[in-house]
Amino acid sequence: MTSPTSSPTSAPTSGDVLVLGADLAGTGPGDLLIRDGRFADPRDAGPDAHRVDAYGLVALPGLVDLHTHLREPGREDAETVTTGTAAAARGGYTAVLAMANTSPVTDTAEAAEHLLDVGRSAGSAQVVPIGAVSKGLAGEELAELGLMARSSAATRVFSDDGHCVADARLMRRALEYVRAFDGVIAQHAQDPRLAGPDACCDEGPVSGRLGLPGWPAVAEAGIVARDVGLAELTRSRLHVCHVSTAETVDVLRWAKQRGIEVTAEVTPHHLLLTVDELLGYDPTYKVNPPLRSTEDVAAVRDALTDGTIDVVATDHAPHARHDKEHAFVDAASGMLGLETALAVVVETMVRPGSLGWHEVATRMSSVPAHIARLPGQGRPLTVGEPANLVLVDPTRRARVDRDASVSLSRNNPWHGRELPDPVVATWWAGRSTYGR
Amino acid sequence: MRHLLSAADLDVAEITEILDLGEEMALVQGRPVKKLPALRGRTVVNLFFEDSTRTRSSFELAGKWLSADVINISAKGSSVSKGESLRDTVLTVASMGVDALVIRHMASGAPLQAARWFAELGLGVHVLNAGDGTHEHPTQALLDAFTLRKHFRTQDPSRDGFAGRRIAVVGDITHSRVARSNVALLTTLGAQVVLVAPPTLLPAGVDGWPVEVRTDLDEVLGEVDAVMMLRVQRERMSGGYFPTPREYTVGYGLTRARLGLLRPDAAICHPGPMNRGLEISADAADSAGSLILDQVAAGVAVRMSVLYQLLGGADEGGALR
Repeated sequence: MTSPTSSPTSAPTSGDVLVLGADLAGTGPGDLLIRDGRFADPRDAGPDAHRVDAYGLVALPGLVDLHTHLREPGREDAETVTTGTAAAARGGYTAVLAMANTSPVTDTAEAAEHLLDVGRSAGSAQVVPIGAVSKGLAGEELAELGLMARSSAATRVFSDDGHCVADARLMRRALEYVRAFDGVIAQHAQDPRLAGPDACCDEGPVSGRLGLPGWPAVAEAGIVARDVGLAELTRSRLHVCHVSTAETVDVLRWAKQRGIEVTAEVTPHHLLLTVDELLGYDPTYKVNPPLRSTEDVAAVRDALTDGTIDVVATDHAPHARHDKEHAFVDAASGMLGLETALAVVVETMVRPGSLGWHEVATRMSSVPAHIARLPGQGRPLTVGEPANLVLVDPTRRARVDRDASVSLSRNNPWHGRELPDPVVATWWAGRSTYGR
Repeated sequence: MRHLLSAADLDVAEITEILDLGEEMALVQGRPVKKLPALRGRTVVNLFFEDSTRTRSSFELAGKWLSADVINISAKGSSVSKGESLRDTVLTVASMGVDALVIRHMASGAPLQAARWFAELGLGVHVLNAGDGTHEHPTQALLDAFTLRKHFRTQDPSRDGFAGRRIAVVGDITHSRVARSNVALLTTLGAQVVLVAPPTLLPAGVDGWPVEVRTDLDEVLGEVDAVMMLRVQRERMSGGYFPTPREYTVGYGLTRARLGLLRPDAAICHPGPMNRGLEISADAADSAGSLILDQVAAGVAVRMSVLYQLLGGADEGGALR
């Protein structure tokens, strides 16, 4: 995590690039030719193709993040499309789905198209707007879901993330409505009566001891239990954001056995950090849903291994420093994630042998792209496909330095930790967007 | 001792030292001229983000009787609503060159965060936690221990310390910083603490605390050497934690009828301010066993002791005697 802005010495931004010898997503070594934004037959490489020695590295399809907060428009002091997608590229991502809780909220076709345009001109990765489920995220009336779906942004993922769609009838209608255009409702599962706005610590021994308002596991699992029932009733697609508890995992497992169309994500921080981080009241570790127990961490890892949890999504949530420098209960919730997500997945899932590289590619690229109905992302590394590619060094490690981040924000929970440092280079549609 | 942030940070020797010195400070309280030169030239700021009459005035008197310069800053309202971060507020005050910052805040952990920011910047200011949210109120626990120790010694001079003593803490444990600090301090001193509350007012994870947890007050009263009644905060009364104030009193109030269940030598404590008629009856508050006013007096002596421990060490030039 040291030289974040260095342009790729090994990869020019145009012309043919021949990547030699990388393990192609766990299927064994092979070569890749990047030509005009797509993968071409390596045997067609001309003598002047730029050659990249990738022996010992792993090639994965560009990662797709289902859950990013870019903060633009509204909080450009915390992050912009430019810096957020630069962080994405640094983390191996070629597409990010941008949550709707900006200011103004992405709850109209115009807002979605505007963000799409900003992403096209400023982005180092594809920016895919997520539409709000309810107008202004207020949880009362449906936003113009169909108009967003018909817009040039072709919105398919809708979420009030940051807020739970708590009203059961509104949730039912949203699920029902988006079925017409194959949309999905991504739910931030938090029963506001059980875990209100002050709730900031996993309810358990630590919250009791620290005197912090508790956020009980049932506030998540209860909403998920209701919502999988609504998904079954409406025959529609539900996606559960940032699953944090063993109880929710059990509900998901049951729902999937029933054949309900539900998918779920886990964040890197819920794969590694526990509620014990809160003992010093450091708001860097304040996140919503909160960090949980070691038992919950084990449960979400197992669920990611067996597919009960389908994908890893970052919930990258940049915050200006001063918004984190309040008392714990008053400070902003959220932590950075894009640059370090793959590092944490390597640490928690690949190194222990729970996931192979093929499974990493599914959980961080092809499945999230499929959930979002994103054509051109998460595709196999084969001839004719868009050249979205990340090269990964499976062994390199480094100490995380928050000041080396290309994000505008510094709320980095990994600062000072030694973690894998896997991302070597990223190409989005054949264009080099990051290189060490 | 650099800061006083949590009662759980104190060991028996440190507690005993604070209480012993508190005894000497209490003698000063009884003099016509209540002034020691110990902290002359030192500056103590009471930075109160939350209203408080007794804790603030107690700290103020403690500082003044030790000849420190004391100022009070009321920063009521959350820093979020004022647009200034907590970090900026505490660094602003600390940067004026003060020696100690006595912090009261409505949010748990705020004094600990302040101490960490000072450490990061190498500022030598001492932090005293004067009550943080629903976390801790260490000087309250120290003054409670001071009061009870004196009471137990008077009762039976041959029996020393807290070993074998049973002390009930009754009421809203979940939201009580007094309860958390007292559990830590009294158990460190060797007492057995019995928490008594309706289950809605018992904190998550209380089963792992080194205490006995009970829900029936009547069963407990005859078994204890002291009972500490906690204040019921007004906002809890309508928060659905119990049906009505009347029902709370019937279940958990120290009513006149319950006085008869107490052993005759049992002490009655309350950190104040009292809701007479709710958690404690006038008969109980004003009974012979009530130590409530002794607690208030002890507050000044113990806070003098703590301020001296933090600021007046021999290496810092403030000789006490």
